[in-house]
Amino acid sequence: MSNALKLTVPEGLPFIDFERDFDFPVAEVFRAHKEPELVAQWLGPRRLTIDVDHYDFRTGGSYRYTHTGPDGVAHLFSGVFHTVRENDFAIQTFEYGGYPDVVSIESMTFVDLGGGRTRLIAHAVYPSMEARDGMAQSGMEGGLTEAYERLEELLAGAKV
Amino acid sequence: MADDDEHLDTAFLALADPVRRRIIARLSRGPATVNELAEPFAITKQAVSKHIQVLEQAGLVTRTRDAQRRPVHLNPARLEALTAWIDQYRLVREGQFRSLDAVLQSQAAARGTQAKDSS
Repeated sequence: MSNALKLTVPEGLPFIDFERDFDFPVAEVFRAHKEPELVAQWLGPRRLTIDVDHYDFRTGGSYRYTHTGPDGVAHLFSGVFHTVRENDFAIQTFEYGGYPDVVSIESMTFVDLGGGRTRLIAHAVYPSMEARDGMAQSGMEGGLTEAYERLEELLAGAKV
Repeated sequence: MADDDEHLDTAFLALADPVRRRIIARLSRGPATVNELAEPFAITKQAVSKHIQVLEQAGLVTRTRDAQRRPVHLNPARLEALTAWIDQYRLVREGQFRSLDAVLQSQAAARGTQAKDSS
């Protein structure tokens, strides 16, 4: 059983907000965001090869990785980590190569729920409504097939 | 794809206005004339007509030519296309986080601790 994603895409404000709970302690959830070899295991859709050029999850660090689909098309993602506080908070920029020069700012708050559980609260701010809708849409293309497959698995009651 | 994006942008812009969103909400209950649509608003019929034109250009509504009334109809296919990217975004994020669950699970297993007991 997995925890539900609470997604809010407001009308008229260029934000995307989401919350997701994890049945794991905050230090573990944070570590899975920090260590590049762990990040590589979940950040990319399963059928896409992820190639992490670098992923330096600390204040002043930066990241750059590509997803390559079965069609051989590479999608580049990059940004900088403005602030990273261990087991607590991070704020980063995000840019998708298919939508160049449009950068969103995304914050992540790691909340210790107690009992070994964690809530991840994310807030993304885009420069305009068009940027939000365009980026969110184009950045998702590569992962769509994968996501539907997982949904099917979920509906079939299979364990992911 | 570029064409689709352009249409999507036009449609989102059309829906950025609260009056136009209320018109869409009203039309979701069935077709209506401009007069009927103008009723609940404290703005002129001309202003409402303009809003309907914007919605029409965005492909969100159509107007039939038969009879004098020219009722305005909702185009549900267009509205469905609008929600599509949000659904995609949700699905991709959900997929990511399910993968993250799996990573956390395998990390916990490797360490020989039970996730729920580990704090």
